Amino acid sequence: MTKDETKQVVLEIIADIAPDEDISNLKSDVRLRDQMQLDSMDFLDIVMELRKRHNIEVPEADYPQLASLDSCADYLTPKFEALGK
Amino acid sequence: MNTSNHYDVAIIGAGMAGLAAGIRLAHFGKKVCIFERHNVTGGLNSFYSIDGRKYDVGLHAMTNFVRAGVKGTPLTKLLRQLRIERDEFALCEQKRSRVAFGPRGEVSLTFTNDFTVFESEVARQFPAQIDGFRRLVALIRTYDDVSLGAQPESARTVIRRHVTDPLLEDMLFCPVMYYGSATEHDMEFGQFVIMFKALFLEGFARPLDGVRVILRVLLDKYRSAGGERRMKCGVQKIVTRDGHADALLLDDGTEVTATHVISTVGAPETERLMSGGEAATKHPTGALSYTETITVLDREPAALGWGDDTIVFFNDSEKFTYARSESQVDTRSGVICMPNNFDFGPDAHLPEGLFRCTCLASYDQWVNLPEDQYLADKARWYAEIQKSAQRFLPPLPSADALAKATLATDMFTPRTITKYTGRLGGAIYGSPQKIRDGRTAINNLYIAGTDQGFLGIIGAMLSGISMANFHILAAGK
Repeated sequence: MTKDETKQVVLEIIADIAPDEDISNLKSDVRLRDQMQLDSMDFLDIVMELRKRHNIEVPEADYPQLASLDSCADYLTPKFEALGK
Repeated sequence: MNTSNHYDVAIIGAGMAGLAAGIRLAHFGKKVCIFERHNVTGGLNSFYSIDGRKYDVGLHAMTNFVRAGVKGTPLTKLLRQLRIERDEFALCEQKRSRVAFGPRGEVSLTFTNDFTVFESEVARQFPAQIDGFRRLVALIRTYDDVSLGAQPESARTVIRRHVTDPLLEDMLFCPVMYYGSATEHDMEFGQFVIMFKALFLEGFARPLDGVRVILRVLLDKYRSAGGERRMKCGVQKIVTRDGHADALLLDDGTEVTATHVISTVGAPETERLMSGGEAATKHPTGALSYTETITVLDREPAALGWGDDTIVFFNDSEKFTYARSESQVDTRSGVICMPNNFDFGPDAHLPEGLFRCTCLASYDQWVNLPEDQYLADKARWYAEIQKSAQRFLPPLPSADALAKATLATDMFTPRTITKYTGRLGGAIYGSPQKIRDGRTAINNLYIAGTDQGFLGIIGAMLSGISMANFHILAAGK
């Protein structure tokens, strides 16, 4: 799994949990919260969907790692690789 | 463990909170079952039919309406969390509503889903108060009302820091209290904020076909997520041991077990389920109950000459009294709803005219009447309520105009509420003592819905969502 693929996975989840947001021009290095209206309930959903769809566990202490698309890719790609993806 | 009788989560009650919690939990793979004693969903916001006519139980208007594109409000949070598209609820906006005070509604504040209308009405009627009112609104806009750990504070005290005219104060409290307050005379400020936003800063809407539309959407989501439900199968006892809910004894005598239990039937009602008896509860029962008259008309209310008000909150007295009714019904204040007066679009309209009036009523003075007395009292108060409410509407062309246009009538009393919802004391808005974090003395039993404290239909759904998230999903249990 490449980092770009990981970003795509995260974007797909955001598109499903926040269909009212435009995600076509998100900047990778800017916090998601600063580009969209995402609250703690939405971040919980990103974590829950990662578990449901990809068997990836994100402990609560690591939630800050999901701040931007870049940090998501850095944090999640090794987890995907560990699962052989 | 017997897999067919064990659930990850058992939910008591298929109302708005139970269904919303169920959708979240089922979506994320939990084995969930909702147990509902009644034969239809909806709980306090259900529906019924008489003589082929469909009635909504409690829904006047759905509060919290915001237009597409407005984010971060309860409605949009709820749509996201339940994966519902806006259009599925098919919401149509109110035309306009009013708060009318005085023996004939002499002082009147109109409001719509555009808050500037209400603000300009306050400025027109209470010019000396408008600066304070704007400060109050600014405070409300920034208040964190969904915090689960906020310190309680008297709303009257907070509002008087900004609004010094007692008439305006009461006119702000009347709609907010009638649409969700379980406490007499005053409210907790956080609860006031939730309701003020829901009514004034957001607004009123409803689907043409009423609460059924909302419930159909919720049920479809729940079913397709894999949730189970058992109708006409209430829970008669929560079996606890050492501070843990071991099992649920169902009305049919069978038992099921669950890792977690979410109860939406109310805090004192849940306490009773644990004792399995009729004993008084430690958690206080609500003091406020209501009666509502429903009049079906052969034409739209506007064609009778009543204009296009959607909701009218009225009070005839110098002081507005929101308290346990001392008489069987307190007709001094109340709420008129004319469901025809939503903007359903050019070609859509309700099949008949509807005129609904709600007043405070005394549970004790309704519940133990012999049947013939009960029916006689209903007929008498039906007439009294209609008479009282009409003072706040334009006069009809003749004294018998309403009777001539009436096709059917119905009325619910505090007794009806308890019979169909199990709410003690006919208390639609539940106990005055809310449990914001949903915790109980039982470590795997949580309260959601009315007694958790997010009010209104949208609030009830958000409550189910929040409790499912907080206690089960986020906790990784």
